Amino acid sequence: MTTTDLHALTGAYAVHALHGEERAAFERHLTGCETCAQEVAEFTATAGRLALASTVSTRPVMREQVLRRVTTVRQVPPGTAPLERVRRGMRRGRGPARWALAASVAAAAAFGGGAVWQYERAQDARHETAEAQQRVADVAGVLTAPDAASRSARVAGGAGTIVVSADRDQAVFLGSGMAAPPAGKVYQLWFADDGKMRSAGLMDPDRGSQTVLLKGAVDDASAVGITVEPTGGSKQPTSEPVALLGVPT
Amino acid sequence: MKEPVHIGRHPSPKPDLQRLLHEVALGDQEAFATVYDAVAGSVLGVARAVLRDHAQSEEVAQDVLVEVWRTAPRYRPERGTAINWILTLAHRRAVDRVRSVEAAAARDTKAAQLEHQPAYDEVTEQVERRLEQEQVRRCLRTLTDLQRQSVTLAYYRGLTYREVAHALALPLGTVKTRLRDGLIRLRDCLGVTA
Repeated sequence: MTTTDLHALTGAYAVHALHGEERAAFERHLTGCETCAQEVAEFTATAGRLALASTVSTRPVMREQVLRRVTTVRQVPPGTAPLERVRRGMRRGRGPARWALAASVAAAAAFGGGAVWQYERAQDARHETAEAQQRVADVAGVLTAPDAASRSARVAGGAGTIVVSADRDQAVFLGSGMAAPPAGKVYQLWFADDGKMRSAGLMDPDRGSQTVLLKGAVDDASAVGITVEPTGGSKQPTSEPVALLGVPT
Repeated sequence: MKEPVHIGRHPSPKPDLQRLLHEVALGDQEAFATVYDAVAGSVLGVARAVLRDHAQSEEVAQDVLVEVWRTAPRYRPERGTAINWILTLAHRRAVDRVRSVEAAAARDTKAAQLEHQPAYDEVTEQVERRLEQEQVRRCLRTLTDLQRQSVTLAYYRGLTYREVAHALALPLGTVKTRLRDGLIRLRDCLGVTA
């Protein structure tokens, strides 16, 4: 597609009418085209008026539900915006970073304490059901996100694929044919973020193939690690990772 | 009697969403409740315009509003107004949902409906009937038929521009241009600046 063609896509882009590779190509073009960026900003604001014009009334119960939900949702740290993160990731390059991260996972495993870490637990059974439904929707959302990127590796005798959507700030791990963890152990997922390990949840020890929505936001994580931990999981890795997958960008 | 529209009637909407979002970013749940009251109707409106299904659109609207809470610390005023940040997120999520695996069956139905619906102005008319703002309705009428159909199908129906081209049996390039020209005309008619 020529530059002129791309420039004419400002309208389609602003109303989310571009898909997949076209969207990616336009975004690459956008980073170097100021007039396009200005036009996209104006069209986005115009689209905002179309949205405002379709305002409807809401049910009071929706307000209650949303206000209740936010009391259990942790906010993201200020940090960098997704687009900046992607650019930085590209500049940093993947190869050496991957090794540095492997070292950091191993170091965290060896030295134990110190990592900033939060472990969230479902509030109650009802909340868990709502969360399960939300997870199903989120998994589908990540896998079908226009900006979804993936990376695969051998994991525990099987295959593992990490799919990340920077826009949604979420990641999904798909494991297939993985060996069962030893008795009394589980596979635990981690976000590796600047040497710090954040738990991203546990895998089901009874299923060799499964799709897991990683807990928490991807944020600035540059890799996802998997370790074998005692049932119930650990607050930080207690073993060497069985796999480490760089976060695709 | 229609529900009051809390925002968008004036160039500088009250309450000050940008300041409120800043407070939300600091974990202020009261500030979030005020933001909710200001934007929930528009968030649900855009979700319903795209998804049409009441249950699904309310689900998406709820997720978007929780996402506003969750990602408020990432909001950057220099990139656009608070209301546009929220409404862009709402439209994006609604479009994601309409194109998602879950909605595949519904989408097939939608495609089938489009195939058997030669009068595309009907879609525009449906949309126009629902618009609460006279100015937007009036400005949409200043577009050519093709511009209006392209904008309406893409924005309010969540179609990709390829799908719009297919639905209107037009070449891709034509739809691309009409979409852009239509938005330019709307922008100028509404006096939008960014």
